[in-house]
Amino acid sequence: MKLREVKEILDAEVIIGEDKLDLEVKTAFGADLMSDVLAFAKAGSLLLTGLTNDQVIRTADILDIAAIIMVRGKRPASEAIVLAKGLKIPILTTKYILFETAGRLYAKGIVGCLEKVDNASGRN
Amino acid sequence: MVVWKKLITPVDATDKTPYQRSFYVEGGNFTYAGIVSTSIKSILKQMGLPADVVRKAAIVSYESEINIVSYAKKGVIKLTVDSQTIQIEAIDEGPGIPNIDLAMQEGYSTADQKIREMGFGAGMGLCNIKNYSDTFNISSEIGKGAFLKMIIDRH
Amino acid sequence: MNIETIIKELNLKLRSATGDLKKNISGGYTGDLLSDVMANSHEGDIWITRQVHQNIVAVASLKDHAGIILINSCEPAKDTLERAAQENIPIMVSDLSAFELSGKVYDLLAKKD
Repeated sequence: MKLREVKEILDAEVIIGEDKLDLEVKTAFGADLMSDVLAFAKAGSLLLTGLTNDQVIRTADILDIAAIIMVRGKRPASEAIVLAKGLKIPILTTKYILFETAGRLYAKGIVGCLEKVDNASGRN
Repeated sequence: MVVWKKLITPVDATDKTPYQRSFYVEGGNFTYAGIVSTSIKSILKQMGLPADVVRKAAIVSYESEINIVSYAKKGVIKLTVDSQTIQIEAIDEGPGIPNIDLAMQEGYSTADQKIREMGFGAGMGLCNIKNYSDTFNISSEIGKGAFLKMIIDRH
Repeated sequence: MNIETIIKELNLKLRSATGDLKKNISGGYTGDLLSDVMANSHEGDIWITRQVHQNIVAVASLKDHAGIILINSCEPAKDTLERAAQENIPIMVSDLSAFELSGKVYDLLAKKD
C-alpha cells in the first residue's frame, strides 16, 4: 500500500514527506523501545511509536525505515524535525493510540515484521 | 557531511591498506547521540558494501554510541574497514562495568529515567551488539572505562 | 470477549492464571513505556507489551487491566510471576510481534463487541 493510504487509514497529518506519499509499504513494526526496533524491524517498514525524540529518527535512519508514524497525537520537537528533514525520513502523526493504529493498518493488509538475526536467536 | 563524503575511498578486496577513522563521542549529550553511527553507515554505504553488512555495522555502532552517551564521560568509536571485515571499537572513559556477565543479561540495566524515556535502557543494547556482531569482545576496568570490539565479516 | 476466548483464538500461552479469566476485555493498549501506559490506558484494557519486569504487574493492577500479553515470545521474569499471582493479573505470552498481535486483538474486539 502507498504511504498516502496509510495517511488516510490513520487520518494522519504529514509532518515531513508530503513528496514521499507514493512510497510503497508492506510491513510495520510497533515499539517504544528503540533497542527492540534495532533488534527486529526490517528495512522498508513503517515504525509505529509513541516516542518523538531524536533517537527515534536516528534509529529509523540506521535501519532504513520507510516512515515513522507517531501515535497518540504526538509531534516531534523542532530539533527532531530538522534532523528528520536532513535524513529525508517521512513522519506522520495520528491521533490513534498504538493499539488502534496497528489494528487499523493490520485490517488493511499491512503485516508485521520480525527480522531474525542470523547468527543468534536475537532473544535469549 | 559533504566534506567527508569526498574523502572516502572505497576499500575493495585488492586494497592492502585498511580504511580507518575515529569519532569522538561526548558522554551525557543526547542531542548528538547517533550522529557518529549515521556517519559510519553512510561511509560503509558509499564503499558499496552489501546492505545487510552495513545494517549490522550500523546497529552495533549505534548501540555502542548510545552506551557511551548514557554511561561514560567521553569515548571514541573507531571504524576500521579492511578487505575481509568491518571492525568497530568503542572505547570509553567512565565508571566501567562492574559485572560484565550481569550486564550481558537481557533485561538487566542500570539506566536512569532519562535514558529510558529516550527508548533505551531496557537492558537489550549489549545483547543487540553481540547478536549483530560476528565476533564480539567486551572488557572493562572499574573507574577507568569500557572497551568493546565488534567484528563484522564483509561476506 | 474475555481472556479465555482470546487465549483460544490467538493461541496464547498462559503464564499466570490467577485473576478472573472470564472478565470482559473492553479495549487494548500497546506500549512499552510504563509512564505512558499509566497515563493513557483504561480499565478493562488488555495490555500488550515486551516489558517483562515486575513493575508491569503494578501498572496493570493500578489501572485494572484485564490482563497482560507479552509479545515476541518474551517470558515474564520470576518475580513478575510471583507478583502477578498476588495481584491477580493474568499474564499470557504470544510469539507474534506487537504490531501483529495488536492487529489480531483489535480485530477480535471489533467482531465480538
